Amino acid sequence: MIRRVCAVLTLTLVLCRPSFVSADSANQSGGELHFCLRGEPKTFNPLLVEEDASEAVRYLTGGVLIRLNRQTQALEPALALSWKVSGQGRTISFRLRSGLHFSDGTPFTSEDVAYTVKALMDPQLHSPTGDSFRSGEGQVVVKTPSTDTVIVSFPAPIAGLERLFDQVAILSAHSPKKEMAVLGPFYVADYSPGSSLLLRRNPNYWKKDKEGKNLPYLDSIRLDIQRNRDIELLRFRRGEIHLINALDAEYFERLRKETPEAVHDAGPGLDSEQMWFNQVQSAPLPLHKKKWFGATEFRKAISMAINRADLSRIVFSGHAKPAFGPVSPANQFWFNSSLPVPAYDSTGALRLLAQAGFRLENGALLDSSGNRVEFTIITNAGNKSREQMATMISQDLSQVGIKVSLVTLDFPSLIERITRTYDYEACLLGLVNTDIDPNSQMNVWLSSAENHQWNPKQAKPATDWEAELDRLMHAQSSTATDKKRKADWDRVQQIVAEQQPFIYLVNKDAMSAISPAIVGSSPSVLDPHAFWNVELFRLGADRALGAQK
Amino acid sequence: MSSLKKIAATLLCIILIVIVLATIFVPAPYAQQFRELPNAGPSTAHPLGTDALGRDSLSRLLYGTRVSLLLAPAAALLSTLIAALLGSAAGFVGGWFERIVLVATDLSLALPWLFLLLTVRALLPLDVPPVVSVTVAFLMMGLLGWQASVRVICAAARGVRDSDYLLLARSFGCKPARLLLRHVAPNLRSLFYAQFWISIPLFILTEANLSILGLGVMEPMPSWGNLMRGFEDFSAVAANPWKLAPLVLLVIVVMCFQLVLPSEEVTQ
Repeated sequence: MIRRVCAVLTLTLVLCRPSFVSADSANQSGGELHFCLRGEPKTFNPLLVEEDASEAVRYLTGGVLIRLNRQTQALEPALALSWKVSGQGRTISFRLRSGLHFSDGTPFTSEDVAYTVKALMDPQLHSPTGDSFRSGEGQVVVKTPSTDTVIVSFPAPIAGLERLFDQVAILSAHSPKKEMAVLGPFYVADYSPGSSLLLRRNPNYWKKDKEGKNLPYLDSIRLDIQRNRDIELLRFRRGEIHLINALDAEYFERLRKETPEAVHDAGPGLDSEQMWFNQVQSAPLPLHKKKWFGATEFRKAISMAINRADLSRIVFSGHAKPAFGPVSPANQFWFNSSLPVPAYDSTGALRLLAQAGFRLENGALLDSSGNRVEFTIITNAGNKSREQMATMISQDLSQVGIKVSLVTLDFPSLIERITRTYDYEACLLGLVNTDIDPNSQMNVWLSSAENHQWNPKQAKPATDWEAELDRLMHAQSSTATDKKRKADWDRVQQIVAEQQPFIYLVNKDAMSAISPAIVGSSPSVLDPHAFWNVELFRLGADRALGAQK
Repeated sequence: MSSLKKIAATLLCIILIVIVLATIFVPAPYAQQFRELPNAGPSTAHPLGTDALGRDSLSRLLYGTRVSLLLAPAAALLSTLIAALLGSAAGFVGGWFERIVLVATDLSLALPWLFLLLTVRALLPLDVPPVVSVTVAFLMMGLLGWQASVRVICAAARGVRDSDYLLLARSFGCKPARLLLRHVAPNLRSLFYAQFWISIPLFILTEANLSILGLGVMEPMPSWGNLMRGFEDFSAVAANPWKLAPLVLLVIVVMCFQLVLPSEEVTQ
């Protein structure tokens, strides 16, 4: 009798189960997304993030007050329904969404925002995210007049203040789970160090789709820790992962030949490749070379004699665009569109060099003292595209009689030379830009900055145009209105184009690989390129992994 | 001389003549970029196609062969000489001297020589001519690549130490130095040859790796090592099999050298 009852119960459960599953599928598309992190996340505390893997986890799990839309590059309300900047960029007030909860069920209130801001600005915590908010001496004051209102006052104006909150994931002031209680679309459910990370859907996530369904659609995300990019590519080709967030041109082309529908080129990204000449006065270089490198005409002539279109076409298989200056055209608001298109003109370069006292004799360029113009470009060893660019530049410059040699160095030796000994002539490197705001480049353009690579850490500006750069950078960073900041930043870009302290070469395209099994993806030029709208991802009908299926 | 040996010798002669007279045979200078033809397939203008920058692959192969065929055997010779000297002396003398040599060898194997190489590169001026840079790289390889051979040679010399012919030579009053040079070393000659031939491809590949660290042959100068770096994109090689030419040439050269040696010296 008991066995019969058990059998009936089992049959009933089996019959009932499909209806549960189908109801669940109707509400949430479900499924698990797989992709790789290229390193171990160093922290799950969103305030301490400083590398890519932790940044990816923060993006997927953190709830922020304001979100930068990676497609439109506009700020959108997230946990804050609205915000207002006042006091010329000193104060920002938020009106928060009410009735929200963290992933563990703890209610979200203005106290949590106050707690997060205080933690962010705590000098003991050394938060890299908090550094962007340090505007001057004095305390940050946080007021919470009600559970859904927060007012944060900084001691000095901060340019682009509201945009900085895109990086600030709100922590819970009361949850026993501390930073593991999150407001983002997913929460960390399991972590196997060195192996993988499992993120599950946050049942309390606030966002809904247009039809009012809860987001995200996915049940979970499995992030495998995989440093080797060849293996990552192989796994994508085998169908073991759904996406690769960033691809270089070589891998893109390899994949394109096999599965053209899986690769996406979102156009020029924010990253640039550039070369510069050593203009440090104390550098151990011959005087005549210091004189060349310090001459604007010389740098402009070099810039004109480089065929950037060929660099883009050959080195990056067409997946890069000639660079105008410090801001990529991908940066819709801050790019100075009035800058001249960089043109390849070896005759014009020779003309410019002649004006500066150089002369071409038997195919060799000589300066006014009869010294042969030759220099060495250093770059980091193992970077194939940079080695190829330097080799191509060498041939381009040979057209104007300049002899260029290439030396590749391991990265620490290279850094030693460009930051400490200054024992180099020219250097070719790239700049990774993750932020569209000009403030993120303060450490490059101020003459006192360490990353002012052609002549860093100057006690006072060595040239008039560097003094003007200093003035403009300070002015834009202490102005609240974007219009005035844009005018200053446009002028900075213009000076850089005129003086060529960095000879910008190309802006690489933002490329990614996304399995056709994913519905709802929309790759962007801003990071995270492939999964910035992960909450809208659905796995397609066959739910197959990777590109092959 | 067997027919196989004759073929090998002829092939080697042809290769040597071609690389010596490379300037006549090459379709274009090895550094010239034909930018409209990157990664082109074989054609009459470029019999082995072009590389990623549009440079003629045949020219680069011939000049690269010249560099590698001159410098890799030189480095192999240096390392084999060091190994032969230390290994045979240690094996022959035995006792505390052998222990010291073997401990020194083990210690030397355990040291991170890569950092020494990096330091050398960091200390070299940036504007050294590529030829000097290449010579220094191969010299370093020769000076640092003897350890594995020492252990092999020492073990073989130990076997020779108690042989009857050595006992006989000793009984005739032969001095240790003469014993070592006239009796021990000649009997280890086949081993020296084997170590030498084994070292050549090893040094060629080491040079390719050192190029990645900036201590090998610098662009645009070609070498077998940096030509073979192109194999990292296996799918491209599979689709364009002519890109395997440097590897094929390396295998042919090493095999030819093995074949032209007296067989008893290789197999003894």
